[in-house]
Amino acid sequence: MLSGHFDLAVPPPGIETAPSSRPTSLTLDTGVSRVRYKQASWTDDGDRYEPLLSEKAPKTVDIEDSPLPEELTRDSLELPAPAEPELARHYTRLSQMNYGVESGPFPLGSCTMKYNPSFTEDIAALPSAAVHPARPDSTVQGTLALSYRLQDYLARIGGMDAVTLQPPAGAAGEFTGIGIAKAHHQHNDDDRSEVVIPDSAHGTNFATAAMAGYDVVELPSGDDGRVDIDALEAAVSEETAALMLTNPNTLGLFERDIERIADIVHDAGGLLYYDGANLNALLGRARPGDMGFDVMHYNVHKTFATPHGGGGPGAGPVGVTEKLAPFLPAPHVREREGDDGRGDYEYYRPDHSIGKVHGYYGNWPVLVKAFAYITRLGDSGLADASAKAVLNANYLAERIPYEVPFGPFHHEFVASAGEQDAADVAKGMLDHGVHPPTTKWPETVAEALMTEPTEGESRRSLDQLAAAFGAVHGEDDGTLAAAPTRTAAGRIDQVSAARTPQLSWQALDSDD
Amino acid sequence: MSFNVPDDLRYLESHEWVHTDGATARVGITDFAQDELGDVVFVELPDGGDNLTAGEAFGVVESIKAVSDVYAPISGTVTAVNESLFDRPELLNEDPFGDGWMLEVEVGDEGELDELLSAEEYRDQIV
Repeated sequence: MLSGHFDLAVPPPGIETAPSSRPTSLTLDTGVSRVRYKQASWTDDGDRYEPLLSEKAPKTVDIEDSPLPEELTRDSLELPAPAEPELARHYTRLSQMNYGVESGPFPLGSCTMKYNPSFTEDIAALPSAAVHPARPDSTVQGTLALSYRLQDYLARIGGMDAVTLQPPAGAAGEFTGIGIAKAHHQHNDDDRSEVVIPDSAHGTNFATAAMAGYDVVELPSGDDGRVDIDALEAAVSEETAALMLTNPNTLGLFERDIERIADIVHDAGGLLYYDGANLNALLGRARPGDMGFDVMHYNVHKTFATPHGGGGPGAGPVGVTEKLAPFLPAPHVREREGDDGRGDYEYYRPDHSIGKVHGYYGNWPVLVKAFAYITRLGDSGLADASAKAVLNANYLAERIPYEVPFGPFHHEFVASAGEQDAADVAKGMLDHGVHPPTTKWPETVAEALMTEPTEGESRRSLDQLAAAFGAVHGEDDGTLAAAPTRTAAGRIDQVSAARTPQLSWQALDSDD
Repeated sequence: MSFNVPDDLRYLESHEWVHTDGATARVGITDFAQDELGDVVFVELPDGGDNLTAGEAFGVVESIKAVSDVYAPISGTVTAVNESLFDRPELLNEDPFGDGWMLEVEVGDEGELDELLSAEEYRDQIV
């Protein structure tokens, strides 16, 4: 049952619905716009979604004589052969049954789901951006120049002295960064065994430290949601190789004692690692290097609006201070000395390099997009992005009926669903044409709704988001447990999906 | 909500139970634990012949909400493993003290049982 209204000072959102039954679409009165939402659903034979191309337009191709041995060949092969309109419709239908940042607000907390400006795609698709990685340095000077400038931009943004572009993702960047820290300690014959990580950190931090061969020391959060200095002093010792930290932290709170934290770790001989997950809040305002961090990674898909990978190519550049620069992965780009006609830039191997962490020079097209974004925004644009990211999060938090226990927060906030189940709240929000926040994490907030609207949302779309929060807040548990009902796919049966997963399309056949 | 806490079992604070019959002990997780976890989808247990050490993790239970280590209430050698849990992890939800048992162990040191919580003490903990 939907409630007609809920109480909220400004603006007064409400829902117009028939009181007795849930409508097939509903109207959100956001104060400035009226949003109705019902997702397209293309099915075939009743409840089957849009068929595969191979099912829609199969064509049997006969195999002519082949020079290969007979046991390696077949007589015929079934291939999809749709005409172009059919092909276009197929993918359009799939996209209509999907929801992305191009559909509406996407406040998935900690993920920084920025809109990806399409001009960056155009630039990455330029023929001049596509060079074979095995070409000699002297023939790809433009590529090297772009890499060198991007290294420089990122270093200046993070307050670092040198940056590698090679790691293919954020987690790979973490592994690279901790690998550099380890190589540094080993180079100094300083054998250390532990990495200290706050309990609210991203799971990848723990995995990185363990994969690098360190024991993980988990640091409990203080009552204010920040690093507890006493707990840190107790956790840090001569065994501490590094402290991994993000700032603002997972609750969106700035670690005010960061200089003290840095001193504690440095005094014990450890290094300070910055997880770039929340760098979007600091752009143009504060730099990890100035706070005392020695090594950091950048999530270009968060901070610099390149597409989120979902398993596809990403990039997680790593920045370091001068003393760690000799350990960077190889190859690295630098300016050439002298003028021998072979160009201004070259690849080289840093003196104590940890080696390669990815093929060739990293995922180049992603790096080109990050470069294009940074160049387009410039210093003032980046500072404006962080300002609006923080403003948007604070504006939205003021307009939702859920309590936000920790503050003041920056680019994101963690609200509590209270007596409601956060996962049900998320499913309910899907029915209102918005993507829900991250749920049930961090565990420092009960039934967490971790919300990060990003700088890209207008006031109008923030109001739509607030109205969606408000509508779900007013719904009863039974209704929410059945949500979503207005999306192409309804509530997913997570239990049977986990107990009897079908991991290949071949499993679908056996199910018939 | 009230949870089943059988009087004849001993408990760990981390929500495992142990039932002893002579030198043999049967081990599982409690009704409260399965309720907290929600629908269990995967169980990882040691092999027969493996040794358990009291207080140390011996297995993993994964639900749709969380992945949790399971801790040994007592030390000893594994003599039987409830392999039906591998195909039907839902037994942990349906019957945690019965068909959802995990291991049988030949007890090394019966004195360790005295360190465990009684049903009454465990009930106080989960109120």
